[in-house]
Amino acid sequence: MAVISLAQAINQALREEMRRDDRVIVMGEDVGRRGGVFLCTEGLYEEFGPDRVIDTPLAESAIVGVALGMAIYGLRPVAEIQFADFIYGGFDQIVSNIAKIRYRSGGQFSAPLVIRAPYGGGVKGGLHHSQSPEAYFIHTAGLKVVIPSTPYDAKGLLISAIRDEDPVIFFEPKRIYRSVKGEVPEGDYTVPIGVSRLVREGSDVSLITYGAMVYECEAAAEKAEKEGISVEVLDLRSLLPFDGEAIIKTVRKTGRPIIVHEAPKICGFGAEIAAFIAEREILSLQSPIIRVAGYDTPFPLVHEHLYLPNERRILDAIKRAVSF
Amino acid sequence: MAIIEVVGGLPPSKYAELGLGRDKLLRMLRKMVEIRLFEERVERLFFEGKITGPSHLYLGEEAIAVGVAEALAESDVVVSTYRGHGHAIARNVPMVAVLAEIMGKATGTCKGLGGSMHAAISVEHGIPVATAIVGSGIPIAVGMGLAVKQLGEKRVIVAFFGDGAVNTGAFHEGLNLAAIWRIPTLFVCENNQYAEFTPITKTFAGESIAARAACYGIPSYRVDGNDVIAVYSTTMKIVEKLRRGDGPAFMECITYRKKGHGVYDTAWYRPREEVEEWMRRDPIERFGNNLKELGIVDDGLLKSIEAEVEAELDKVVEEAMNAPILPFEQLKQFIYST
Repeated sequence: MAVISLAQAINQALREEMRRDDRVIVMGEDVGRRGGVFLCTEGLYEEFGPDRVIDTPLAESAIVGVALGMAIYGLRPVAEIQFADFIYGGFDQIVSNIAKIRYRSGGQFSAPLVIRAPYGGGVKGGLHHSQSPEAYFIHTAGLKVVIPSTPYDAKGLLISAIRDEDPVIFFEPKRIYRSVKGEVPEGDYTVPIGVSRLVREGSDVSLITYGAMVYECEAAAEKAEKEGISVEVLDLRSLLPFDGEAIIKTVRKTGRPIIVHEAPKICGFGAEIAAFIAEREILSLQSPIIRVAGYDTPFPLVHEHLYLPNERRILDAIKRAVSF
Repeated sequence: MAIIEVVGGLPPSKYAELGLGRDKLLRMLRKMVEIRLFEERVERLFFEGKITGPSHLYLGEEAIAVGVAEALAESDVVVSTYRGHGHAIARNVPMVAVLAEIMGKATGTCKGLGGSMHAAISVEHGIPVATAIVGSGIPIAVGMGLAVKQLGEKRVIVAFFGDGAVNTGAFHEGLNLAAIWRIPTLFVCENNQYAEFTPITKTFAGESIAARAACYGIPSYRVDGNDVIAVYSTTMKIVEKLRRGDGPAFMECITYRKKGHGVYDTAWYRPREEVEEWMRRDPIERFGNNLKELGIVDDGLLKSIEAEVEAELDKVVEEAMNAPILPFEQLKQFIYST
């Protein structure tokens, strides 16, 4: 089986779906000849031509609005927002029209489209090229929100997203676009939306995470193991809908949940998971629910490595949990 | 790119040249009367407390929806707005489904999930979008136009929006793309002179809305929106070009709201002389007079059309009032497909 990067897995998913289904159209800023700033759409323009790989102006509201019009009409657009930080210009279209088209038409219309966006820090991008805006979208009924962390999942989840009848916001952890490589089968397979992946089994502490933080959590878990603490790592993969059953299962097992994400702590997705655990499984808890997250500041260039949760901060939280 | 001014329609004696026979003319009149009396009924029901929530009435703008809709084929697609009752009725959505939606009933166009501002959504009648976020329908209509072009269909897409929308980013982003991609979308601006409560003179810079659209290289027409035949004949001409693949077009229809922004608004902020002047240009009265001149209607027929529509509306109101509402437990099934 070929070992490829996360970015290459995205490219493969797009290419295979475009070959399989004429209705799949890729659009966004510089996605054509240039192949996208992170080269996720490399080679698609050459193979499918300008009608199916559309270079758009720098106009996010129009990119996602046009995608909605195409989707209503029976096409399957995959719109790229060049950086997740640029998505706010299209936010109105996404939450007001894309998320609600099915509901407000009483089920007459749906919006089968995907909005892909590289997100997250760790690439020295500064405050407008590093953010993690997932919580804004998880808050909106009608959307699905997916974040892969491995090449295998990136391909399988993107194929699922393209085939889904509802709109999917697909955030890609750009920090690990190339640094993470893994085995990816050629050809058709899907990873279902809404199902998590147990990365590592353990019995003392549960790290519940997603995106690039999966690798920080794994590293922290290994360190903890050496100190005699057994740590489980759960990669959520889908944030809306999220895999509540798997969360309950791991909390019952360890009693010490720690949620790890890059996004700011306040009202971040960790707050929802913490509330979910408190509502559903409070009697299983052996320690407070701990969140290791970005800080409640704009994303800092200069202290990026301090802002992002890392092995040290996660290990520290693990120790606090077991010594409670 | 020049703006093409179409101040008014042809004199009645020339209607025949447009292929407008008695039946078609009477149908257009009837549709306008339906919209007028429907909206007056909505207003009354609101004040009687039988409808809650805002309704934004189409009173005074009837000639635009009817003039455009009569020039379209059934397979064409319309993007509507929160002031959309008139668009729905002009596109033959049954009045009872529109009223039921306004009342939040399960038999409404959106099963009561949308209300007045989304009442003009109907898959059957080619109206997929009626948005209350001003301007946001424009890029969506562009996307549909691109889809039509790519699929090689002969359909056209019509996007309705008001003068308030032309100051949004979505307007500029959408028109720019429409022009680049040469898609078959007709943009219809219903310029009723007020964006909610604020006159256009305070919110709009430039020569005219049509001129603004022309900046994008889009053929742009400025039409008397209170003259149904001017709207109809201009739309006919444009639609033919759109189907030929000539690229997008823009039509600014100058009109005026008979009433306020929503049913609750008395529109006290409008100068009396301005209101009086516009009331003299009532689109239904004008069209009725033209048809009288042709001997197609007389006062008696006009009265009987109104009486027929009122009688129909009595039934519509009763049926909508008695319709059930969607059970709360069913709301969830309309959020996701699976």
